Amino acid sequence: MGITVVEVTKQFGDFVALDDVSVAIPEGSLTALLGPSGSGKSTLLRVIAGLEEPDRGQVLLGDDDVTQQPARARGVGMVFQHYAAFKHMTVWENVAFGLKVRKRPKDEIRKRVHELLELVQLEGLAKRYPAQLSGGQRQRMALARALAVDPEVLLLDEPFGALDARVRKELRAWLRRLHDEVHVTTIIVTHDQEEAMEVAGQIVVINQGRVEQVGTPRELYDSPANESS
Amino acid sequence: MIARYSLRFGALGYLAFLLLVPVGLVFYRTFEHGFQPAWDAVTNPQALHALWLTLLIAAIAVPANTLFGVVLAIALVRHRFPGRGLVNAIVDLPLALSPVVVGFSLYLLYGTGGWLGGLSDHGIKILFALPGMTLATIFVSLPFVVREVVPVLREIGTDQEQAAETLGAAPFTTFRRITLPAIRWAVCYGVVLTTARVIGEFGAVSIVSGRIEGKTETLPLYVQSQFEGFNTTGAFAASVVLALIALATVLAMRMFRPREGVG
Repeated sequence: MGITVVEVTKQFGDFVALDDVSVAIPEGSLTALLGPSGSGKSTLLRVIAGLEEPDRGQVLLGDDDVTQQPARARGVGMVFQHYAAFKHMTVWENVAFGLKVRKRPKDEIRKRVHELLELVQLEGLAKRYPAQLSGGQRQRMALARALAVDPEVLLLDEPFGALDARVRKELRAWLRRLHDEVHVTTIIVTHDQEEAMEVAGQIVVINQGRVEQVGTPRELYDSPANESS
Repeated sequence: MIARYSLRFGALGYLAFLLLVPVGLVFYRTFEHGFQPAWDAVTNPQALHALWLTLLIAAIAVPANTLFGVVLAIALVRHRFPGRGLVNAIVDLPLALSPVVVGFSLYLLYGTGGWLGGLSDHGIKILFALPGMTLATIFVSLPFVVREVVPVLREIGTDQEQAAETLGAAPFTTFRRITLPAIRWAVCYGVVLTTARVIGEFGAVSIVSGRIEGKTETLPLYVQSQFEGFNTTGAFAASVVLALIALATVLAMRMFRPREGVG
């Protein structure tokens, strides 16, 4: 499902986080929101997720205006920078959470969680608690949890930011492959140019609450609008 | 070396002198003439009624302050509302205010000529009855759950709650499945502290209860009345019951404290 953001403005007190931002994310794409910290890229992601309410403007998922809908009704999967693992639940329970609150039948939950743990290569760790996992494993668990409810769109907020360089590189390649397999419309927020170039099919450069440039990694590499970004 | 030992003995000696010796003496004096007189002193109808009343008030005040404390802690940490700073300061008021003042203000409010003094004309008895005593007790034990839960709520942040929300959980489901398990040890510890405070409350209850023997006398009030009536065995024995409840509370604290933050 495509995502359309129309003239969204969001202020926190005097600080303008998003200044009249419009952007279109094509269905099935993997798009990176690239910008320095404080540029508004995370706020834009959170507005799309429904975790922040924009002061003005609209968010469309497909053809539906979801601006007034709460996050829980939007059918988005979200992955947070610091994992947001449910600490008192096992890996299995974390992944099953979304299905349980949707009151899916037990057999279906068991089957789906099993599939997902296989997909993120955590089958053997189902009974562990998040505290017993490495950072990379925790983030794969968070990804499985977000995918469990078959989201229309997948939103990743600096998902590899808290990981060391080697794990980050591995997970990037893995996310790329995963996207080729699952084809869910995905947005990844990052401040790392290399990460955006490597993983995304489309890059949206954001700076000071505005969209500066939109293009494929190739286009941005050949003709950057702003040398410094 | 010497400095370390003198520090250790200094601290222990201070505690022993201030706490252990007096409390130990109460135990000693209670059982000085054997177990039977002490047992008789705490199983007479007046003492039993006082114990029952103390437990009854605890059974109302502790759940009330637990529920209120959790709701207030969430409001203070997770929401921005006008007057938030003021509410935050008022929560601490019972810690700073002498319980006698609390009792006296309730007396003025509900007593003859007070703003709510008319209630008794309609058959609603607040003063010198269970409602007034419970109100006074709730007032003085109000801060404990709030103060335990607030820092834990701050520490866990909103990430897990927001993750649950994006996964389709309604606000109450998120509270029950995510927030509550994360703060449960803080709540338990707050409950233990509240219970300790409630069981031992004397000053405020002493004023609003009217101290009617066998009717509005809690266990601490009973200790006082026995002491004033020169029935030292009764006073000591009831004190021992209070001390034993306190001991059980302290043990409960030891159980909860180290695990806090793990869940």
